[in-house]
Amino acid sequence: MLTISGLMASYGHSQVLFGLDLHVGEGEMVTLLGRNGMGKTTAIRTLMGLLAARGGRIEFRGEDITGRAPERVARLGIGLVPEGRQIFPSLTVRENLVATAANRAGHRAPWTVERIGELFPRLTERASQMAATLSGGEQQMLAIGRALMTNPALLVLDEATEGLAPLIRAEIWACIGRLRREGQSILIVDKNLAALRRLADRHVVIEKGRTVWSGDGPALDAAPEVARRYLGLGE
Amino acid sequence: MVETRRQAVVLLATLVLLLVLPALATAVGMPYLLTLGSQVVIYAIAAASLDLLIGYAGLPSFGHAGFFGLGAYVVGILAFHAADQSRFLGLVGGATQAWIVWPAAIGVCALAALATGALSLRTAGVSFIMITLAFAQMLYFLFVALKIYGGTDGLGFDSRNTLPGIDPSSDTEFYYICVMALVLVLGVFRFLVRSRFGMVLEGLRQNERRMAAIGLASYRVRLVAFTIAGAGAGLAGALDANLLRYVSPDALHWTMSGDLLVMVVLGGVGSLYGAFYGAVAFVGLQSLLSQWTEHWMIVLGPILVGVVLLARRGLWGVLAGASDGGADGGGGAR
Repeated sequence: MLTISGLMASYGHSQVLFGLDLHVGEGEMVTLLGRNGMGKTTAIRTLMGLLAARGGRIEFRGEDITGRAPERVARLGIGLVPEGRQIFPSLTVRENLVATAANRAGHRAPWTVERIGELFPRLTERASQMAATLSGGEQQMLAIGRALMTNPALLVLDEATEGLAPLIRAEIWACIGRLRREGQSILIVDKNLAALRRLADRHVVIEKGRTVWSGDGPALDAAPEVARRYLGLGE
Repeated sequence: MVETRRQAVVLLATLVLLLVLPALATAVGMPYLLTLGSQVVIYAIAAASLDLLIGYAGLPSFGHAGFFGLGAYVVGILAFHAADQSRFLGLVGGATQAWIVWPAAIGVCALAALATGALSLRTAGVSFIMITLAFAQMLYFLFVALKIYGGTDGLGFDSRNTLPGIDPSSDTEFYYICVMALVLVLGVFRFLVRSRFGMVLEGLRQNERRMAAIGLASYRVRLVAFTIAGAGAGLAGALDANLLRYVSPDALHWTMSGDLLVMVVLGGVGSLYGAFYGAVAFVGLQSLLSQWTEHWMIVLGPILVGVVLLARRGLWGVLAGASDGGADGGGGAR
């Protein structure tokens, strides 16, 4: 579904990505792991067209999308849940969900406000509340719901549980797990390796803007030096 | 944007006042109140259309008078050619029937807004303000240069546009036509800002890059809003030309854009209905203070500063209180 090869990107003169390789298959959940400042969010921003690629290629469903405008990337079926949520604070919960809803791929059972409510019951309770008044966890649920309402072929989550209480975090992981079981393709950036190890099909580790390791959960378990060296775990 | 009980009461009271104004003007022996009322209602239509841009689309246009004046000139030019039995550019004959002239004014202004918006919306911030101002000033100087239509002296015509079954030459009937137009325009704008289109505009105003990453192209959505706002100002201009039976380049001048902006700020940016109360305050202060001094803006200035500092949601906020949600609620960025 998504193949990124040799991706390079920079902010002005400072290069951040030096050759990122990543692949997400149909119905797969893949994590992008790495320590802070290694280029994970930059990779997502470049994938979404929010930052210009300096080199390499991004292919989505067989189409080269490198350098496309963000709205065109999104229209192809990539739904981003950005770092920091970025919900629309002075729209209500319901308005946040319906404002940008779309079913461009013509899914037979598209996401609806009701289905989002089943996934995140808290959002149903707060449907007519201004989004600015939601708690951090609820805002994150809303950000995920908003992305799902565009019926994306690939859901991209950037630091989906950052700064959330453990209980809320577990609730969100459970929902992501449910999406995964329903066949949703997911690319996820997070530092919570413990939760991701169980959920994801494959892991991609980046260090200083390069892919340095990729493999499945058991392979990651069998290579503790990867977690120690590149993720700063188990030291 | 769902009205609270208090807002509904204020709106209803305002509508009742508007409906009884002709009788009130006659009763107190001040018939000029009717003309003043028509002027307020017409400015309110123009200011509401500007508020759609500033308050909802986040587009601080400083050239809205361009569309207001253009709408007025469509009425004037068609009346001129109807009286002259000549053709505009040798192609279009004159007309005095409102059902032809007013849609023509709206259509011409919508097209002008589409064309100027297509260029100006490629810019943002100060550049957008300057380019909208520049387009309006280009129109101003165009009509100053068009001696056939009176140049700086403007263009007068004998009678208002005609409507079957209604007599717009009667000030009272024309006033009610203006009130109906205001109610219709506010109704359409209310529907728009409550629709998905309005939510997207609001989302764009709050976070344009986020909208793009969800798949919404800001340019097209804003161009539609710009075109609708231009059409609204065109209708107001057409009514203004009918009220005065006269149109001059002053209607296109940047100071007119400034006046509309003042009305929006006085009424409350992003409140839609506030445009009416802003127009009441502006026209009211203008007619009261100009009896005292021709430099009446000296007084209006401090009032405007006071409103901006003390009542950030404008007169609508003071009268009707906070909204219970929707597009005009919680607009801290406004």
